[in-house]
Amino acid sequence: MNPSDRQYTKEHEWLKIQDADSNLAIVGITDYAQAQLGDVVFIDMPEIGSTVVHMDKMGEIESVKAVSDLFSPVSGEVIKTNSELLDRPELINEDPYNEGWILQVILSDPEELNSLISAEEYQSFTEQA
Amino acid sequence: MIKGGNRTTDKLLMDRSVPGRAGVVTPDLDVPEQAKLSPDLLRSNLQLPEISEPEVVQYFTNLSQLNFSIDTQFYPLGSCTMKYNPKVNDEMAFLPGFANIHPLQPAETAQGALELLYKLQEFLAEVTGMHGVSLATLAGAHGELAGVLMIRAYHHSRNDFSRTKIAIPDSAHGTNPASAAMAGFDVVTLPSDSNGNIDLDQLRNLAGSDLAGAMITLPSTLGIFDENIVEVCKIVHEAGGMVYGDGANMNALLGRAKLGELGFDVAHLNLHKTFSTPHGGGGPGAGPVCCVESLTPFLASPLVTKSGDCFTLFTPEESIGKISGFHGNFGVLVRAYTYIRTLGAEGLKSISGNAVLNANYIMESLKDKYFLPYDRQCMHEVVFSADWQKERGVSGLEVAKRLLDYGYHAPTMYFPLIVHEALMIEPTESETKETLDAFIQALVQIDQESHDQPETVRHAPHTTPVSRLDEAQAARRPDLKWQPQ
Repeated sequence: MNPSDRQYTKEHEWLKIQDADSNLAIVGITDYAQAQLGDVVFIDMPEIGSTVVHMDKMGEIESVKAVSDLFSPVSGEVIKTNSELLDRPELINEDPYNEGWILQVILSDPEELNSLISAEEYQSFTEQA
Repeated sequence: MIKGGNRTTDKLLMDRSVPGRAGVVTPDLDVPEQAKLSPDLLRSNLQLPEISEPEVVQYFTNLSQLNFSIDTQFYPLGSCTMKYNPKVNDEMAFLPGFANIHPLQPAETAQGALELLYKLQEFLAEVTGMHGVSLATLAGAHGELAGVLMIRAYHHSRNDFSRTKIAIPDSAHGTNPASAAMAGFDVVTLPSDSNGNIDLDQLRNLAGSDLAGAMITLPSTLGIFDENIVEVCKIVHEAGGMVYGDGANMNALLGRAKLGELGFDVAHLNLHKTFSTPHGGGGPGAGPVCCVESLTPFLASPLVTKSGDCFTLFTPEESIGKISGFHGNFGVLVRAYTYIRTLGAEGLKSISGNAVLNANYIMESLKDKYFLPYDRQCMHEVVFSADWQKERGVSGLEVAKRLLDYGYHAPTMYFPLIVHEALMIEPTESETKETLDAFIQALVQIDQESHDQPETVRHAPHTTPVSRLDEAQAARRPDLKWQPQ
């Protein structure tokens, strides 16, 4: 099940607010996404300090099947990326909602959160797909 | 067949090495001895295997017998057109007049070779309904890059620098966006509609003054002919853009539809697909670029022209320049020329007819066993989905691996990306009905196995020289260097 403590995109990313005061959020891809991709072998993440833009490409993820774009759920500044993924990309398959997190971002426009969907809405979206 | 002793291919050359064993005996020195190289130019730790000549020959011959090829097995690899390569093609390419020439020799001493290139340019222009042809590009993606660079040069020559976008359907080969990006364009994705055609409304929304062009594959990688193609080209043209044609799937259209007449402005052909030159292993290919008159001045150098009885090489006035060392992969061009001359116009037409017939035969025979996401007449290839098998716990990958046990090459898997569990089958025109029937039967049996004995499919292949490779581990932690045990 998709955790209800976070929000989702239709491009299969999740975003969880970690600290509302400082607009700090953590971003990853969903369990549905990792299952569709198959074994993840490489991830290209944005640089720390770089700016990501709401629903623009922020990186790439490569599985044994294909290379897919990663989209940023929000605009903001990347303050940390999950360096563990460089050596162990399989964390995305094994634990997409926790250890397989991708990056931390400081939101520049919290209003954008309104465009994200809930766990329930995401669930029904993937069931239709 | 089991190979005993040192004939096994399991053991790498390095592991066969015996100190002091050699393949050749060097003769005694019969010339004055030269000063030795300075020791800092030499390395002492380069390990080379020490083995005899017969061992080397046995090793590589045995390895070569593990090869899977169109000459040994059916090879229905979608979007790759793994057709039979007629041996007469090789015979012609081996003729001394073609095989023993040098690209730097004077043009007047290689008139026959240049005449062949000139005529091939003309044939390919005729096949595509285009005006100009450059044979210099060495692969399909290379042709794409050249074509997109020509589109860029065309817009720039008109002082139009605002066109930064190339539109590419979501079913496209991955090389299309890569080529457009390499040429400096931003890629925008064109969604497909529910019939698998390009979504015209979305295209209209995208088609503005910043659109440099669109890259379209016809038939698409779904194996279907977009019946709106003329309208697609019109929309791009009205916005001032150029239409690029990815000719990877020309085997479906040979002698029946010309890209130039449909509205394409520039296209590449894959001679190693449609025109029966060797294909695979990244080996030499050829992706000639064909274009309409307005783009001809931008073609990659060199082109062959004829004045009187004399053939010469020249560079078009606004050429994007040289894109390969010399004149393209000449030996491949000889083979494609031979193929065209062997078949003639009617023969080429029968190629596309049989290729499409074979694919539709497979589609109709299997569509009650394998889910067909776009249930309509296909062209030269058919894209199934293994979604039904997946519900029984058997993935498309596993169906493909199981086919190896039945002696068939796997179809293309998981492509195009817009089809879940895609299995893309392209039989080509080369195969007999008996081969197609046996292949269909194998897929029917694998479907049955997904009911009765899914574990057999899940762990396939069982009969190949090596069993299932761990492709995730190979990509995550590649082990590329031999080390002594």
